[in-house]
Amino acid sequence: MNFSKSFRNTFLVILLSLIVSACATKKTTTKVEGQMQGDVYTGTDTVKYLADGVPDRVFFATNESILTTKSRDTLRKQANWLRENSSINVVVEGHADERGTREYNLALGERRANAAKDYLITYGISADRISVISYGKERPVDSGSNPLSWSKNRRSVTVKAN
Amino acid sequence: MIRIFNLFFVIFFLLSAKAYSLIEIDITRGNLDPLPIAVSPLFQDDSSKRNSINELKIENVGSEISLVVENNLKISGLFNPLSKEAFLQKPDIAHLKPRFEDWALIKAQALITGKVTIEDKKLKVEFRLWDILAGREMMALAFTTVPSNWRRVGHIISDKVYERLTGEKGYFDTRIIYVSEEGPKTARVKKLAIMDQDGFNTKYLTLGNELVLTPRFNPTSQMVTYLSYFKNLPRVYLLDIETGTQEVVGDFPGMTFAPRFSPDGKKIIMSFAKDGNSDIYTMDLENRIVERITNHPSIDTSPSYSPDNRFITFNSDRSGFQQIYVMKSDGSNVKRISFGKGLYGTPVWSPRGDLIAFTKLHKGKFYIGVMRTDGSGERLLTENYYQEAPSWSPNGRVLIFYRETKSNDKGEGFSAKLWSIDLTGYNERQVQTETDASDPSWSSLLSN
Repeated sequence: MNFSKSFRNTFLVILLSLIVSACATKKTTTKVEGQMQGDVYTGTDTVKYLADGVPDRVFFATNESILTTKSRDTLRKQANWLRENSSINVVVEGHADERGTREYNLALGERRANAAKDYLITYGISADRISVISYGKERPVDSGSNPLSWSKNRRSVTVKAN
Repeated sequence: MIRIFNLFFVIFFLLSAKAYSLIEIDITRGNLDPLPIAVSPLFQDDSSKRNSINELKIENVGSEISLVVENNLKISGLFNPLSKEAFLQKPDIAHLKPRFEDWALIKAQALITGKVTIEDKKLKVEFRLWDILAGREMMALAFTTVPSNWRRVGHIISDKVYERLTGEKGYFDTRIIYVSEEGPKTARVKKLAIMDQDGFNTKYLTLGNELVLTPRFNPTSQMVTYLSYFKNLPRVYLLDIETGTQEVVGDFPGMTFAPRFSPDGKKIIMSFAKDGNSDIYTMDLENRIVERITNHPSIDTSPSYSPDNRFITFNSDRSGFQQIYVMKSDGSNVKRISFGKGLYGTPVWSPRGDLIAFTKLHKGKFYIGVMRTDGSGERLLTENYYQEAPSWSPNGRVLIFYRETKSNDKGEGFSAKLWSIDLTGYNERQVQTETDASDPSWSSLLSN
C-alpha cells in the first residue's frame, strides 16, 4: 500500500511537471515573432494566389491604409499579371479587424481597397478594370481574438471578377 | 398620491447625483431603492375565460397581462414587483376597493389592479393604480382592442404607470429592430429582425441571403433604413415594415452606409464612400433631393441629428484618429467635441437633446458613455471587451447596445448579444433575443 502510494505520488509529480512544461512550450509557440512586423501581418498562411507567384492580398497596420514595401511589391506583381491578362477584371475587397466600430470599419475597408486600387492604376492598370467593395469587419479570415488573427484580417484582397 | 410621486423624485435625484459624483467608470450595481409595487392579476370572469381560450389559446389572459406589466416594471430597475403568493386579496375584490392595510402589510407602496373581458372578438381592459400609503386611487383607465394585442395592452399599462409615478414618458410599448446573427465568425449569416422591447414577438424581415447591417427606425413612422449587400452592392435601403416594400436610397456610384432618419422622419442622413473617402449626405424622402453635408478627405461617418434638426453629430478621423464632431445641419461650423484619451465613435443624439451617447475605445477596452453636446461632462457607463452602437429609448433614459465576447484562437466562445443600461450607469442587463444579435435600434412609442 505504501509502495503504491509513493508510486502514485511520483506519478503525480511527473504528471505535474509534464503539465508545467507543456504550458511553457505553449507560451513560446504563441509568440508571433516573424509573422508580424509592427502590427502588419507578414506571414503567408491565409494568402491565396491570383496566379503562380502572384499573391492575392496585402496587409495593413491598425487603423491604417498605408501600403508597406512588401504590399507594394505584391501589388506590382498583380499589376504585371493584369497587364498580361488584359481580359481579366478584378474586385479589390477591403477588410478591417473586429476591434473597431462597424460603420467606421466599413469606411476604413473602402479606404484600404482604394489604396490597393490606386497603386494598381499607377502601374498601368485601367481604373475601369478594377472595382472595389468594403466588407468592413464582416468577413474575417481568422476568427481568433488575438493580435495575430486581427493582423490577418486587416487586408485587401484582389479577386477575379470574371 | 403626492407622497409616492415625491418619493420617486427623490429616487431619481439620488441616482443621478450618485452617478455624477463617480469620477471615471460607472460599473453596474444594484438599484438603490426600487419602489415596492404589487401587480394583482387582472380579473377575468368565467365567460371571458372561455372566449380567451377560443381566441388566444390562453386560459387567463388577465394574469398574463399582469405578468407583462410586472416584467416591464422589474427590468426598468425602478420598481420591485412583489411576489403574488403574498397577496391576501382576490383580484376582483382588490380592483373594486383594495384593503390598503393588507397591501401595506406586505410592504407594497403602490398597487395595480384590473379587469379584462373578451366579448365579440374584442378585448376590453380596465386598470387602476392605487397609492397604498395614502389609501387612494391615483389613476383609472380603460381601453378596447383586438384580443391578439394583449401583450401591447400590458406594455401600455406599464407606460401609464411609469409615467404617473416618475413624471416621465415610458418606453415599454416600443419595438427593437436589430440584426440577428448565426453561424461561425468567418461566415456569419445576418438577418433583419424585429421584436417587442421585452424580447417577445420576434419576426425576421430578411432571409439571410445577403449581408444586412445597421437598421434604424424612422421616429415618426413604421419605416426602417438599413445597409444591405443585395447583389454585392452595399447600399442604404428603405423598408416599410407594414407592407414589406423596400427601395434603394438615392443613386450613388459607390457604397452608401451608416443611415439614420432625421427626427422629423423626412430625411435620411448617411455616408457615401468613393475613391477611399467617406462624406456625409442627406436625401429628402419627399423630393429625393440629395445634399452633400461634409466635404473632407477624411472618413466622415455615423451621423445623427439633434432632435430639433438643427445640428448633426458625426464621427471623423480628420484629426488623425476617430473623434466626435458637431456641426450645423447645413454642414457649417464643424467643431470637435471629444477630447478624452482614446478613440470615439458612433455618436447618437439623445431624444431629450442634452446628451450624446457614444462608443469609446481606450487601451483595448470598449466603453459606452455619454457627454454633453459641447463635449463636457463625459461619463462612461459601462466597460467591456467589445461593445458599441448605443441607441436611446424614446424617453432618453435607457441605452441599448450590443456586446461581443472574445474568441479563443480557434474562434470558439464568440457571441454577440444585446444589452441595456440606464443613463445613470445602473441597471445593466442583457436583452433576450432568440439568436445572437447586434446593431439594435429602439422605436418611438407605438401609442402616443
